[in-house]
Amino acid sequence: MGTRVGVLAIQGDFACHLKALYSIGASALEVRTAEELDQCSHLIIPGGESTTVGKLLQRFGLGEEIQSRARARMPIWGTCMGMIMMAARVEDSEQYSLGLLDITVKRNAFGRQVHSFEAPVQVEGVGEVTAVFIRAPVVTDVGSTQAIATFDGQVVAVRQDNLLGTSFHPELTGDTRLHEWFIKEIGSAQRG
Amino acid sequence: MFPLGPSPWGFSMPAGTILNLDRAKTWREKVGLAEMLKGGVIMDVVNADHAKIAEEAGAVAVMALERVPADIRRDGGVARMSDPELIQQIQASVTIPVMAKCRIGHFVEAQILEALEVDFIDESEVLTPADVANHVDKHAFTVPFVCGARNLGEALRRCAEGAAMIRTKGEAGTGDVVEAVRHMRAILSEIRIVQNAREDELYVLAKEHQAPLELIQHVHKTGKLPVPNFSAGGIATPADAALMMQLGAETVFVGSGIFKSSEPAKRAKAIVESVLFYKDAKKLAEISKGLGEPMTGINCDSLTEKELLSVRGW
Repeated sequence: MGTRVGVLAIQGDFACHLKALYSIGASALEVRTAEELDQCSHLIIPGGESTTVGKLLQRFGLGEEIQSRARARMPIWGTCMGMIMMAARVEDSEQYSLGLLDITVKRNAFGRQVHSFEAPVQVEGVGEVTAVFIRAPVVTDVGSTQAIATFDGQVVAVRQDNLLGTSFHPELTGDTRLHEWFIKEIGSAQRG
Repeated sequence: MFPLGPSPWGFSMPAGTILNLDRAKTWREKVGLAEMLKGGVIMDVVNADHAKIAEEAGAVAVMALERVPADIRRDGGVARMSDPELIQQIQASVTIPVMAKCRIGHFVEAQILEALEVDFIDESEVLTPADVANHVDKHAFTVPFVCGARNLGEALRRCAEGAAMIRTKGEAGTGDVVEAVRHMRAILSEIRIVQNAREDELYVLAKEHQAPLELIQHVHKTGKLPVPNFSAGGIATPADAALMMQLGAETVFVGSGIFKSSEPAKRAKAIVESVLFYKDAKKLAEISKGLGEPMTGINCDSLTEKELLSVRGW
């Protein structure tokens, strides 16, 4: 299969990811069902509300489908809510998550919306990006994953083989380097 | 200071409406949160128990209120910002964003809501207006605002004042979707007219819509409002929610429709699912089954001009 990036479109800013993907000439589609997931080589889980998406993934069984794709080494990237959804553990919460990344995340780690902000962050392998943090989570335990970006001493991006998680939203900045890197670099882990 | 790069919604800051970069700096975070709420349902709640039911059903945010619009309508009198204590109780009970309403033009209520760290302020016609000429200068706040609109001009005037999200007004507290449809169709058809106009006609369109030229030019270029466009006012069933989504809403607000129905938890869950599967009639049929009685509702035609909430705002 050629490269085709699915963006989970249960809820959230999936349209922003699609726009970023189209702008770099990637083939991309919205994913709401297992059939649509079958058409993808890569998957992005966008920003949004993790409780909402978690409940709907559980209710319609799509969560298990994503877990089985991850085991088959599909490259998967979660931004903000997406990273929470991919985490094995969520602090102070029993909410549903997919348990793909061996990390513990803390939700709303910087506080409510009035504390949302943007800042330059160095991402290993990519360079400096403007990171937009919106009611963002941080990684409080990196487990067996590799921390690839920190802000103010806190881990805000991790990588584990074919999996990538970022606390921030590259899809909101118009800077597509992370999207390109995800497709190429994380995508190559699939074959590695 | 970080440079403002191109934004995904194609909205560079409208010249003349933004006075300094400190204000501009928060813009991407404000509209960004609105982007995160897309494809979801925002529910009115009056206490922590309701908020938990809403969160459990899959709401993307709750609107903390003392009374739902149907009760505000019934009780009459002056409707004001909610008691901060109630807002804090609701904030403590859920992890999803909590919104709250201030009166149109009441910037001190807005300051109080910002101090409470609500995630979004709705400068709402559902409450009694505090200013019959001016809306709140929303650029002056760090917290994002949502405002109601009935047509393109009204929507763009609110954007110029700094609204990070527009919702069509509909007619709150009626359970009658007719006004929500009217307002959504008005905004989207006016957008299409602006989009198809010649560039040299945009000056007159700005005059006719009583909206800033820069924002009319933005609509002409992109075919969209500069900020996400949600829908509110009269949505009572999964079919109503899916109707608004098919018409072009990016998320729906459900006010009285849930907690004035006979089985709120069931209905809340069904409306969330109907927004996810808004184009799939077979799934919608399944979702709409056995939800108990919807809110009784008021036919909008039976309301007098004085009883209409949607005419508030200028």
